[in-house]
Amino acid sequence: MTIKRVGILGAGKVGITLAGLALNAGYEVRISGSGTVDKIALTIKMLVPGVIAAENDEVVANSDIVILALPLSRYKNIAATLLTDKLVIDAMNYWWETDGIREEVLAPDSTSSEQVQAYFKDSTIVKTFNHMGYHNLQEDARPQGDPRRKALFVTGNDHTAVDDVAHFVDTLGFDQVIHYNIAAGIMTEPGSPLFGASLDYQTLKHTIDHFDQTEFGKKITAAK
Amino acid sequence: MVNVAKLEFGIETFGDIVANEDGSLKSAAESIRQIIYEGKIADQYGINVIGVGEHHRPDYSVSSPETVLAAIAAVTKQIKLATAVTVLSSDDPVRVYERFATLDGLSNGRAQVMLGRGSFTESFPLFGYDLTDYDDLFNEKLELYGQLRQEKPVTWSGKFRAALKNQEVYPKTEHGELETYIGIGGSPESIIRAARSGYKVILAIIGGQADRFKPYLDLYHEAAKQLNMPVYPVAVHSHGFIADNGAEAVEVAFKNIKANFDRIGLTRGWAPMSREQFDNETKVGSFYVGNPETVAQRIARTIDLLDLGRFDLVYGAGNQTAAQRERMIELYATKVIPRVKEILQAKAVAK
Repeated sequence: MTIKRVGILGAGKVGITLAGLALNAGYEVRISGSGTVDKIALTIKMLVPGVIAAENDEVVANSDIVILALPLSRYKNIAATLLTDKLVIDAMNYWWETDGIREEVLAPDSTSSEQVQAYFKDSTIVKTFNHMGYHNLQEDARPQGDPRRKALFVTGNDHTAVDDVAHFVDTLGFDQVIHYNIAAGIMTEPGSPLFGASLDYQTLKHTIDHFDQTEFGKKITAAK
Repeated sequence: MVNVAKLEFGIETFGDIVANEDGSLKSAAESIRQIIYEGKIADQYGINVIGVGEHHRPDYSVSSPETVLAAIAAVTKQIKLATAVTVLSSDDPVRVYERFATLDGLSNGRAQVMLGRGSFTESFPLFGYDLTDYDDLFNEKLELYGQLRQEKPVTWSGKFRAALKNQEVYPKTEHGELETYIGIGGSPESIIRAARSGYKVILAIIGGQADRFKPYLDLYHEAAKQLNMPVYPVAVHSHGFIADNGAEAVEVAFKNIKANFDRIGLTRGWAPMSREQFDNETKVGSFYVGNPETVAQRIARTIDLLDLGRFDLVYGAGNQTAAQRERMIELYATKVIPRVKEILQAKAVAK
């Protein structure tokens, strides 16, 4: 599919950073916060001029791809039907300082993105942009072939959707390490050596390929 | 444009545990006494402000910064005494007012309140607050503090504290109000809240390039204008380390800042700091590390770029020795600050 219009739900640090990257890459970008347009209009005008501040339904209706950039504990504030048939990027993680007690946000037996996919059951979820800090996202975006280019992990169950998102990630300025399994997102969640790190393709791929040898990977295997 | 004559320079400590020369650690009590001494020399060198953080963790010695500041007040003459920051969300604004009004009295008006939400969250369970009320707690308490600061009878009610009916708070200050900053980490929402509060603003830049914050400062100015609130020159707070020898400074800082960040990362789930990440922070990011000339050049650039009124260097991160900490304060005061002013003066003339 051709992606021309990007919609971002969440006007915090990550949402605004991604809006700026998408705008620079030539996309038409809309963004919404948790409240009315008034609440974010000035912020958007000053920080990412050119991005359109709107409300959720307008953002979604005018987007070829939607990015969830809100605290994980709030994704259910978005009606599942709003995103029906949409290609959706899940840029969220469970983060206890924002989200509170894990058991109140997530079921214990699966990863956050599996639960996001289960909730938005008629949407196609791809997880990415979740493991790099927002200032690295902003400062480390580079054109294809730049030796200092960094990489992002992209994963989801739908092959075509994952490939489309990988291309989108490429246009925003990052290489991609790709998996076709939404549950693999656990490898980039808080506690992982990849969370908060900004790595090049080879280093990211090597860590993903040998993930069961990391401390975090061992813990996950042991918990299964 | 930066007003060099009015520029202020501060140092801030979070109360990190001080190391002995043999690498063993001093006690929290010894670390606290070291801060009092550092406050004293900072005052003698003419540094404008010392800020002391509030933490409730084993790796930091200070949970009650106003007490430490009161001791510094007794051995100093000029230096302003600030918290960095007071975690207002989990405190009682009436107590905050009382403690600072007391500090202000005993220091001849040198108390400076820095209100923030804090980047740590230990104080929430400790004082019986729910982290999910994070925003509501801060907003409500900020509003009550604002009323108390006027030093007139207060009638107020809210969700998280007993109501006040025509209640006076004491002692009154000699200047009629406590100097107050609001400390922010740079979320757009916190910038607008700071503008709305009408307090001075101190921005914590703890990672990445200062350039990234330029639009945020434009947002602060624009928001203040729309809300019809005053605009003050903004202050910035960042980590640093200075030594006579630049290469040595980098190694000491890498070891200590990395240990500090990695330890915090363990509880927050982020990856250990890589050498690449650290080097990037010291070259173009928000760690001011090196010999006095290098650090002065980088601080001058940030002040000029963001049009600041004040720059606070956070010192002592990790477990540094008393000698390293004291030498850094001396170099900052005697070499870096004059050089920063000189660079900015030359820039002003050139413009």
